[in-house]
Amino acid sequence: MKGLLDQQFENGGVIITKVDDLLNWSRLSSLFPMTFGLACCAIEFMSTGSTVYDMDRFGMVPRASPRQSDVMIVSGTVTFKMADRIKQLYEQMSEPRYVISMGSCSNCGGPYWQHGYHVVKGVDRIIPVDVYVPGCPPRPEALIGGILKLHEKIRNESRMKPTAIEHLNKKEHA
Amino acid sequence: MPEKHEGLVKLIQSFSTEGMVEIPNSTPFGVIIKSEVLFTVCEQLHKNPAAYFDMLSCITGIDNGVEAGTMEVIYHLYSIPFNQSLALKVILPRDNPEIESVNSIWKSANWLEREVYDMFGIVFKNHPDLRRILMPADWKGFPLRKDYKHEEYYRGMKIEY
Repeated sequence: MKGLLDQQFENGGVIITKVDDLLNWSRLSSLFPMTFGLACCAIEFMSTGSTVYDMDRFGMVPRASPRQSDVMIVSGTVTFKMADRIKQLYEQMSEPRYVISMGSCSNCGGPYWQHGYHVVKGVDRIIPVDVYVPGCPPRPEALIGGILKLHEKIRNESRMKPTAIEHLNKKEHA
Repeated sequence: MPEKHEGLVKLIQSFSTEGMVEIPNSTPFGVIIKSEVLFTVCEQLHKNPAAYFDMLSCITGIDNGVEAGTMEVIYHLYSIPFNQSLALKVILPRDNPEIESVNSIWKSANWLEREVYDMFGIVFKNHPDLRRILMPADWKGFPLRKDYKHEEYYRGMKIEY
């Protein structure tokens, strides 16, 4: 029996798509997260990668180097001592890069919001965040939900800047 | 007081001439001793074959606040061959808390004393490497002191929520 792709595209074997869609599809289906964990959320992050939840089905394989990673999952409490290191790791990642803030601590300081003199009250104070996953810690299902949200975000990205579109429109009308 | 402890008290008394106070109903059994004799008492408790406290499990700091004007350091000792625990407590003045390091007796004291220094600012004399261990090296203040107020910013990051 023929595979799905053979059945659908046997006439000529040509697929037509937009560059945007092709790039977005390839990006979102191989999001390599950085092997990086800060606290108990990292345990849930690890179980997301285990056989039960199988993060690999989204094409996500943890990479040991920031230069090979596409997404940084900030899983845990961000202390002031760690903040500089996180900023540095983020800067070492090549673009396009994404950040998932996982758990209450990295979202807003979590249980340390009042008396935690040592905790950054939200990782978004030091690096830009794409998706926030609530929970303390979030279950693997919740993290996967966050990953799917990020997929959605990447799927709607465009190579064209809004200003570029404006420029094209002006030319057409002129 | 169980007989086991009675022997221990006599032993500690024999090491130092200074007065010591038992802490009532404490678990493990604990005594308050003068800070000047702490090092010699520890040395003897470690060396003496009748005591043989070969393990320093924990060092704790306590800040009693500005009104009391004192700080405390508690040493949790354990003797593996005798299955005996002992807590030694010393009381220090709050304005200049200093005590002799026991790092030369138990190697585990190195990081434990650094932690107490980091959190309370208690200085351990003759410590080989007395630096902060948990907080960043350029952190201001000692966070577990009762009158601690954190800075507004640390390296440009706002501390307050």
